[in-house]
Amino acid sequence: MSLRIHQDHSRFKQIVRGKIKSNLRKYVQKGEMIGKKGKDTIAIPIPFIDIPHFKYGHKEQGGVGQGDGEVGQQLSPGAVQPGDGHQAGQGEGDHSLEVDVTLDELAQILGEELQLPNIERRHNEKIVTQRIKYTGVNTTGPESLRHFKRTYKQALKRQIAMGTYDPARPIIIPTREDRRYRSYKLQELPETNAVIIYMMDVSGSMGDEQKEIVRIESFWLDTWLRHQYKGLEARYIIHDAVAREVDRDTFFHTRESGGTMISSAYKLCRDIIKADYPKSAWNIYPFHFSDGDNWSADDTRQCIEMLREDILPSVNQFAYGQVESPYGSGQFIKDLREAIGDSTNVALSEIADKDAIYASIKDFLGKGR
Amino acid sequence: MPKSLTPQLSRLKEEIEGYARAFGLDFFETIFEVVSYDELNMVASYGGFPTRYPHWRWGMEYEQLSKGYEYGLSKIYELVINNDPCYAYLLESNSDVDQKLVMAHVYGHCDFFKNNFSFRHTNRRMIDDMANHATRVRRWIDKIGVEKVEDFIDRTLSLENLIDQHAPHIRRNPDPKRAEDEMKSNERVEGFKVDREYMRGFINPSEFLDSQRKKVEDEKQKAKKFPERPQRDVLLFLLENAPLEPWESDVLSIIRDEAYYFAPQGQTKIMNEGWASYWHSTIMTRRALKDDEVIDYADRHSGTMGTRPGALNPYKLGIELWRDIEERWNKGRFGKEWDECDDLRARRSWDKRLGMGREKIFEVRKHYNDITFIDTFLTPEFAIEQKLFVYGFNEKRNSWEILDREFRKVKNKLLQGLTNFGQPIIEVVDGNHENRGELLLAHKHDGQDLKPDYARETLRNLQSLWRRPTCIITRYDNKGVLLRFDGQNHTEKKIDL
Repeated sequence: MSLRIHQDHSRFKQIVRGKIKSNLRKYVQKGEMIGKKGKDTIAIPIPFIDIPHFKYGHKEQGGVGQGDGEVGQQLSPGAVQPGDGHQAGQGEGDHSLEVDVTLDELAQILGEELQLPNIERRHNEKIVTQRIKYTGVNTTGPESLRHFKRTYKQALKRQIAMGTYDPARPIIIPTREDRRYRSYKLQELPETNAVIIYMMDVSGSMGDEQKEIVRIESFWLDTWLRHQYKGLEARYIIHDAVAREVDRDTFFHTRESGGTMISSAYKLCRDIIKADYPKSAWNIYPFHFSDGDNWSADDTRQCIEMLREDILPSVNQFAYGQVESPYGSGQFIKDLREAIGDSTNVALSEIADKDAIYASIKDFLGKGR
Repeated sequence: MPKSLTPQLSRLKEEIEGYARAFGLDFFETIFEVVSYDELNMVASYGGFPTRYPHWRWGMEYEQLSKGYEYGLSKIYELVINNDPCYAYLLESNSDVDQKLVMAHVYGHCDFFKNNFSFRHTNRRMIDDMANHATRVRRWIDKIGVEKVEDFIDRTLSLENLIDQHAPHIRRNPDPKRAEDEMKSNERVEGFKVDREYMRGFINPSEFLDSQRKKVEDEKQKAKKFPERPQRDVLLFLLENAPLEPWESDVLSIIRDEAYYFAPQGQTKIMNEGWASYWHSTIMTRRALKDDEVIDYADRHSGTMGTRPGALNPYKLGIELWRDIEERWNKGRFGKEWDECDDLRARRSWDKRLGMGREKIFEVRKHYNDITFIDTFLTPEFAIEQKLFVYGFNEKRNSWEILDREFRKVKNKLLQGLTNFGQPIIEVVDGNHENRGELLLAHKHDGQDLKPDYARETLRNLQSLWRRPTCIITRYDNKGVLLRFDGQNHTEKKIDL
């Protein structure tokens, strides 16, 4: 059955989409969106979707409330209803509404704006995972799923009906029969296997700004690949002279001093692929970011050898992003270009600053591999 | 699609309707329809009307409602349309006790709609009119194109609060020809009637005639002033004077009609929700509840009555005030003797057993709106008991805080928030400003500044209808300001007020 509202609803979504699209470059350059990412959705501030009126600023206006508290006491955050349900913007001339957009939708918009081709999957074998979906309330079930409020209410009802409830001593004791449990069904979800292996140089020459660029860029890479493959895994490797695998948080917040040996990271990357991601079942995406400084020409030779022999044959695409830094010579990308620049499954990108992220995303994802 | 009532629901309806009538409620015929939560969200998005003109903001509303429902944050319980017959919706998945509660609540609203004076001029065939509006807008969309019509509606909606909230009914254009004739008849100045021609110079000396002529001339000048008096109904002024295409006029008049339809509901929110809550609680607890339904009822009822510190719940404030009035008139706590008694103990045990409470509240529901309701019946005792306070934003601490619990201030703040439905009062003062055809509005400043960015955007939308520069006089930080938008740029000029 289709409701009439769906027309208006899709028109609204279309408008939101248009707003996001026209502001996409700005969103990509700014990192602030990443902080507003939920599990499946992201809160995006949309300018001017509200219909303006002559009205009072709610902050000037204040109002009447109800409840305990001394004069001068602060009201807890969220206690005050904003003017008419919309989030007001901060400064003048900047009123905006936050709209939840699914990451999937955001990826689609990104794809349309950057004209990204869909990725050709190497492997379509699907594994099936199971997910729990809560569907209702039952009289039996495991204790861990007991529904406390329902159980309590049931007991209260029974005691009142039996006349054993005493308002003066309001004690409610649920019996076996009163207990209520959440019930669930198992849903089977097919997934395609894909893994992103992020590598980043965290040596002294990579400053905060460089890392911020990596962080923003990886957000968009993640979003796109997640849109292409449901059930994406991500692994994180940091390196200076040695490499180690870390969690996502450490990845973005580690700062080391000392030299840079890129080969250490590639070695670890190779080992991870070998151990956990057989080429026959996985779509594999290594992304490496550095400022282009390597310890020695010899180490660079090792890197190229490893890429040629081990990594490139087993991955969908290897991507290297070189983030400009005042300290780096930027040599590494030249060496890569010379040695493996012609390979179809290599993407190289130079990222001068935040403004360049937009184009760089296209460098990485534009091949559709 | 909406289903008619099941036999079980029909029985419940008959039962509740019987109780409502027995308590003296007086309502239009009320038709209940059973809908799924998705349908209920849809109808609610359209402001209660299943058929409304197409516009994206209903979709936005729907998105927010559905999300609130999915996350378990909110659930719409009742939805009534003020129409004759009244229409109301029941959620198909609700339990019997929920349905009874909703029905009892709905009869309270329907009684209020039928009897409160604010709705005396309300269009009771609004369901049909809304559907007609939708058809008209759709036709224009077919003819003009969806983008253009939607864009025009967006700009018009930006002005929809610029109506005269207190206009007793929608004023129609006076016949312009008659006005012209009247003006002509005033033009000749003959002075007093003269029987004998030789007396003329004495009866109507030339100085007198001159002064009379000047008076007429002034009158004419005044008539040229446009509008003659400041006009609160900005939408009407635009309809009559802005260079609109026929389709634009039509759409604008639709938006205006709908704004007027909803205005009285805004003016009686506290009374109306309180009244409906008072009646669902009375009907349920005294008549309709079965023993095993008490807990679920109490759960629902307390859910509706919940308050949080920084917001007033109209259901809660309303029901408490109705009960307070009933109690006061039952116990005789009003009148000279009561007002003059300052013996606290005597006041506390005051009970003259008049039993006039029920009668009183029925009378009040007829003759008051939220402003007069609060102004007349909010007492210091009540404000203390309900723990009312004024809150405001503290810039230094960047947080909201409790400012005052003093009765006068609480009451004034409440009334201020209700005046003109909490909207700034804005009038057209000149349609030919600076003799250049610019439109000048004035904001009657009452201590609160306009939100500046919104004001500028609204001026922009106004300009696109007026097609000449538009200005508004207001105040920022206690200084007079003239905001102007000329179609390209916004300017802000200091002025003396």
